[in-house]
Amino acid sequence: MAMTADEISAIEDRHPQIFQRPAYKRFWPLFLIAGTVLYLAYALWFFSLPQVLKESHWERLPLFLSQWISYDLQPEFRLDQPQIMPKYPRFAALGENPNPNWVIRNPDGTYTVQIDGEAKSVTFDKTRATIVANGQTVPVSLTGGKPEVTGPVPDWVTVHNDEVVARMGFVGEVRVTVDRVKVRKRFLGWANFVFDTRSPFFGKSAGEVLSLIVSGPRLGSGTSNLELAADNIWNNAQWQHGDVWTKLLQTIVMAFLGTLLGGIVAFPLAFFAARNITPSGLLSQVLKRFFDFMRSVDMLIWALFFTRAFGPGPLAGSAAIFFTEIGTLGKTYSEALENIDDKPREGVLSTGANGLLVQRYGVLPEVVPIFISQTLYQWESNTRGATIIGAVGAGGIGLKLWEAMRTNSNWANVFYMVLLTLLVVFVFDNISNFLRRRLSRTLHDYNRLQAAQG
Amino acid sequence: MTASATIHSEATRQQADAWRRQTSLRRCYTALGVGLLLVAMCATMWFADEANAGHFFDRLPHILDFLSWLVPKDWNDVWRALFDIASPHDKGTQEFNFPLGRVYIWGGFYIPEYFELMLTTVNVALVSTFIGFVFAVPFSFIAARNLTPSPILRLIVKRFMELLRAFPEIVIAGLFAAIVSIGPVAAIIAIGLHSIGALGKLFYEINENVDMRPEEGLRAVGANWIERVRFADLPQVLPNFMSYTLLRIEINVRISTIMGAVGGGGIGEELKLSISRGFGAKTLALVLLLFTTIFLVDQFSAWLRRKLVREQAFLMSA
Repeated sequence: MAMTADEISAIEDRHPQIFQRPAYKRFWPLFLIAGTVLYLAYALWFFSLPQVLKESHWERLPLFLSQWISYDLQPEFRLDQPQIMPKYPRFAALGENPNPNWVIRNPDGTYTVQIDGEAKSVTFDKTRATIVANGQTVPVSLTGGKPEVTGPVPDWVTVHNDEVVARMGFVGEVRVTVDRVKVRKRFLGWANFVFDTRSPFFGKSAGEVLSLIVSGPRLGSGTSNLELAADNIWNNAQWQHGDVWTKLLQTIVMAFLGTLLGGIVAFPLAFFAARNITPSGLLSQVLKRFFDFMRSVDMLIWALFFTRAFGPGPLAGSAAIFFTEIGTLGKTYSEALENIDDKPREGVLSTGANGLLVQRYGVLPEVVPIFISQTLYQWESNTRGATIIGAVGAGGIGLKLWEAMRTNSNWANVFYMVLLTLLVVFVFDNISNFLRRRLSRTLHDYNRLQAAQG
Repeated sequence: MTASATIHSEATRQQADAWRRQTSLRRCYTALGVGLLLVAMCATMWFADEANAGHFFDRLPHILDFLSWLVPKDWNDVWRALFDIASPHDKGTQEFNFPLGRVYIWGGFYIPEYFELMLTTVNVALVSTFIGFVFAVPFSFIAARNLTPSPILRLIVKRFMELLRAFPEIVIAGLFAAIVSIGPVAAIIAIGLHSIGALGKLFYEINENVDMRPEEGLRAVGANWIERVRFADLPQVLPNFMSYTLLRIEINVRISTIMGAVGGGGIGEELKLSISRGFGAKTLALVLLLFTTIFLVDQFSAWLRRKLVREQAFLMSA
């Protein structure tokens, strides 16, 4: 299969547009790659990336991610009191009277806290603590003024000046000083997702709650148990279901209202902006620049302005999306109008119809499916965008998300809201895709019909 | 009329009736749809108004008051704010402390603060688009039905990209803000991850529409998957990829501005501060700069895209 030099040059001569292109065309990919590499080097310096990466705490990532789907309990045992008693932080997931079965009071006066069954536990009294994990037993003496490990120190135990820390992985850790033992035990799942600790239904199984609702004695005064249960769920202090769902609805409303109003305003304007339909070229230019302006004044700027004007809330968000959408939809609508087939229009015009009728019967049937499809697409993308806009105060779930994240402690709540947002985006994507597919089928049928009729 | 009616056969009349029935039914449906949409619009308007801190009709008379703080006492302050030139109105407050933000390069030469911030925002957008492009290209070839090396891999990659696309950016930004410190790097990661999903989807849809003949030719001479993708498919789709990437840059500049306002660094943060404190001249300077930049980026990208499309038309005709 080897070709001679003559054959090669013959092929080259036959296809000059492939083999003898000007130098800038042959080398532009090379320039592009070189330019990109140079730019990346500059960006590396600009963001001082090596410095940032050196100071970053990647060890936090698995910790935060595990907090998305788990919660912990941190009982503390004071050793300097006359009697050792477990103390739970206020608002802990266990409620007012915690008596968990993994905190065991032994007959000889010592306490055993099982962090992961027998295998990972700590047993202690006022003079010494014994930490068990990974098949090893670590005795800690508490009598010498500071905690001291007697014997070899395994690598999962860290001895500080006044504290011994035993890390047991995902399930938790034990911190021992001379005057207290602090345990962190981690549970998979979301604590008190349905009823919070103040609710009379707290700690009851689904069956018990159901029987209370159906036939139990009244727990609250003046309300039925069903109402009480619904109220307790809706106003769950830890998960704030009511607030989260309301904010989620606000986000949906913002996207819907903003896109719809934008479409309504952009629709007539697009006819005046389309070059082939407008009565005046100047008007077309003015409108097109107006659309560019509305688009270029970013959604953020509109959001900040309207938040100041109307106060924070979904009204500001809707208005921001509305103003941006006038620009975006106006531009896409007028471009769709400029690309129409002129023949139906001329046909209607030739029957002597007036301007409005020409648009109605010569233009609209062709563009309405395109308009609706583009509006649906914008609606879909605004549903996503409304989440971010919310974070600057324009209403919706964005602000709630941002506030929950700022404290770095409520990642389970963040994940709950993220799941809801994902669900909403998924549902709306599918609705919009379904509608657009149906529309494109209508459009397809229409085109085929026209083709069949010649 | 009567003459034509007699000529028309029974069948034609039935056809005409059926047509009329169908159109009236369609009109009914359209009216119903529009009616439902109007009801939904009014209901959501009411809901949005109820949930807002200030109500629409209460606030409407005050809109002009609100706009009045925007008008600076001295219009020259807008330029001074933009270029960090000392203002004669400076009384030590934050409203007119323009020269304080200067970023000195060497000697007396400085970049005005707002230009530096704008540069940060644009750089965030560019780097994150680059990240998106680099990952989206290989993913898109795996996710395209006609090119995928393995259907299971295709499903995984597709779902992964869907997740990246739908995941709220501020959550990724917030998560990474806690890891790499708050600022532009967290914003880059968040926008970059989102861009992978967004570009990947557009790219694989292009890939599914490629002409398969070059691919079959290469398959016939025994090329492996990477060679086939590189020499048969990439040349066909690259102009379209570039075009969508340019569009993505436009979108990412906007997102990175918003990210700035929630702590991602850059011009968004400054704008938010300046609007919330009512600094008229500073706000106008920032809006002017932001508007001009976005406008220029849009125009430049549109110009490049037009050029790319023409280039592709040339290649296809050749």
